[in-house]
Amino acid sequence: MRYTLAVLVENKPGVLARVAGLFARRGYNIDSLAVGITDNPEISRMTIVVRGDEKVIEQVIKQLNKLVDVIKISMLSESESVERSLALFKVSADSKTRPTIMQIVDIFRAKIIDVGSKSLIIEITGDEDKINAMERLLRSYGILEVCRTGKIAMNRGLKSVSYEK
Amino acid sequence: MNMDIMTGAEAVVESLRREGVEIVFGYPGGAVLPLYDVLYDSDIRHILVRHEQGAAHAADGYARATGKVGVCIATSGPGATNLVTGIATAYMDSVPIVALTGQVPRTLIGNDAFQEADICGITMPITKHNYLVKDEQELPRIMKEAFYIASTGRPGPVLIDLPKDVQTEELEFCYPEEVVMRGYKPRVKGNEQQIKRAALAILESERPVIYAGGGVIISNASEELRMLAEKIMAPVTASLMGTGAFPDEHPLSLGMLGMHGTRYANYAIQQSDLIIAIGTRFDDRATGKVDAFAPEAKIIHIDVDPAEIGKNVRVDIPIVGDCKQVLQSLLKYIDRACNSEVWLKRVEEWKREYPLTYTYSESVIKPQYVVEEIYRACKDAIIVTEVGQNQMWARQFFRYKDPRTFISSGGLGTMGYGFPASIGAKLGRPDKVVFDIAGDGSFLMNSQELATAVSNDVPVIVAILNNGYLGMVRQWQELFFCRRYSHTCLKGSVDFVKLAESYGALGLRAERPSEVRGVIEEALKANMPTVIDFICDPEENVMPMVPAGAAINEFVEVRNKSENKLLVGAVA
Repeated sequence: MRYTLAVLVENKPGVLARVAGLFARRGYNIDSLAVGITDNPEISRMTIVVRGDEKVIEQVIKQLNKLVDVIKISMLSESESVERSLALFKVSADSKTRPTIMQIVDIFRAKIIDVGSKSLIIEITGDEDKINAMERLLRSYGILEVCRTGKIAMNRGLKSVSYEK
Repeated sequence: MNMDIMTGAEAVVESLRREGVEIVFGYPGGAVLPLYDVLYDSDIRHILVRHEQGAAHAADGYARATGKVGVCIATSGPGATNLVTGIATAYMDSVPIVALTGQVPRTLIGNDAFQEADICGITMPITKHNYLVKDEQELPRIMKEAFYIASTGRPGPVLIDLPKDVQTEELEFCYPEEVVMRGYKPRVKGNEQQIKRAALAILESERPVIYAGGGVIISNASEELRMLAEKIMAPVTASLMGTGAFPDEHPLSLGMLGMHGTRYANYAIQQSDLIIAIGTRFDDRATGKVDAFAPEAKIIHIDVDPAEIGKNVRVDIPIVGDCKQVLQSLLKYIDRACNSEVWLKRVEEWKREYPLTYTYSESVIKPQYVVEEIYRACKDAIIVTEVGQNQMWARQFFRYKDPRTFISSGGLGTMGYGFPASIGAKLGRPDKVVFDIAGDGSFLMNSQELATAVSNDVPVIVAILNNGYLGMVRQWQELFFCRRYSHTCLKGSVDFVKLAESYGALGLRAERPSEVRGVIEEALKANMPTVIDFICDPEENVMPMVPAGAAINEFVEVRNKSENKLLVGAVA
């Protein structure tokens, strides 16, 4: 099973190392991890995707909670939250293939952010399935480079992961 | 609030004073020169060790004996890395220590400067928390937080890395009165509903066993533990770390459980219908094969660390909170004993049938006999141990009655822990006689601290159960590796009497059983750092024994030593 955790942490040096080190030391598997600052500059938010059974995820949450720099942890359910990640694909493209690639980009509501004489860079935002689907389609044109972010996620509706004193 | 201008080093020492620190253990060096310069004029007593590992263990022994936070100091690089084993030892046994390390100046950090080591990175997985001080203005807050984190909730070591220039820069010193940390709020009070459920389960049970751990000692809950046991009439076993939480001589006591626990404790656990686990973490040395642990029992688990609950065994009634507070609440809901009369009779029979025992000899000293004689000579002593056979015999054959009188590296199993820890314990409890029950292997790992004991006049007694082997490893080789004693024989390498004398300590030796009592009395009378070399039976084994990975009622039975037949069987 894969679980998505939203983790509020102190925005201090070394915090990422503490979190990553904890996962390494206790043998937990991280599928992806994304960090960014929140509306409060003292607090960062990590979105961590963990693989494991229920017992493992319970331990992950408890062990994370023991880190002094971890402020709050919420588990996000797939149905009750929205998730996004971003990818950049550099694809070979010449005058012959460019129009069909641009059609694919349109269909996926992606963007072309760089055009060269023999290549394109495509930016796509979406959930994992969408990005994977696009990657599959682009493969036949020749993908030169891929760069993907970790997933970020947020609860739907009013329910929010925030720190109240 | 008074605001004073002072240097970083002065701020560190002033913070130590505010925290009530009377004694620190350390070893100077380049990167802590400013701090040592301030300590020179301070009324805080500094104990100069002879190896930084000794400083960490001494601070740890001091903390365990007194319940206060132990403090150790080392310089950057090798000084700091020498603390690592001691910090890991404290971490595994939840001991509050604050380690102060020097660091190269801020401008040099990351440059592989002389004596630079990333001690915060290195100690991240073995500290409760650590700090690299990058701004001297933050020193008072960090010092305050460090002591608070080390000593509250589940205690543990905290390291503060102090760049040399942070120690010399000036700051406005204002010591915070309160700690504000949004990410650290230990829960002390147990959930009332859960406590009620636990009380119900207790009153319904017929074969209850209380399984106490080090948490009972840490939270000073021994009195509450005794009240609970007597009120519900449940037998009490304890992990190694729980030694002293419940008096060994109490009729309800089962002694230690687990790999080298008593048979009756293990049988009781295995047949129990309710385990009340208090301040313990179900370590593999205590539980044996987890799937076969207490198969018929419901489990109540009380612990201050939520991460321990459900980590190793399934728990039916979890209660997160401080042992003392939870037990106090629990006692309110219990107005009668459980229906445990038949059960207690059965437990009593096991105790009669399978006592802890060994075969006394007139010709050769049995290590168990030495421990018994130490007990006879000084029942109130603090016993510190090294690791291995000496540790198990010290647990099995001394009768503990008070918390903080048995000090041992349980979780990490650090050889070389005992002697420096005994120095720390003695300095913390000068009113007590302190023995380090040692092996000839372990003692040599930190024997340089004899210089510390002698120069600071710390009269601890090291009782070496000298069998000429790394005894516990040899025992495993005998039982599981066809008596192939690969590199475990230490015989004839050191004259411990001369070693002691060369440091100015008293060295004594006993070679026959008839001499044992005499040398112990001589050591007690001398009241100075003393090493007693007890020449013991080289192939004595720690029994009973449950092999690693077996259920705790499956004991090793060595029927015929010469045939080397090993039998593992479940009884009762």
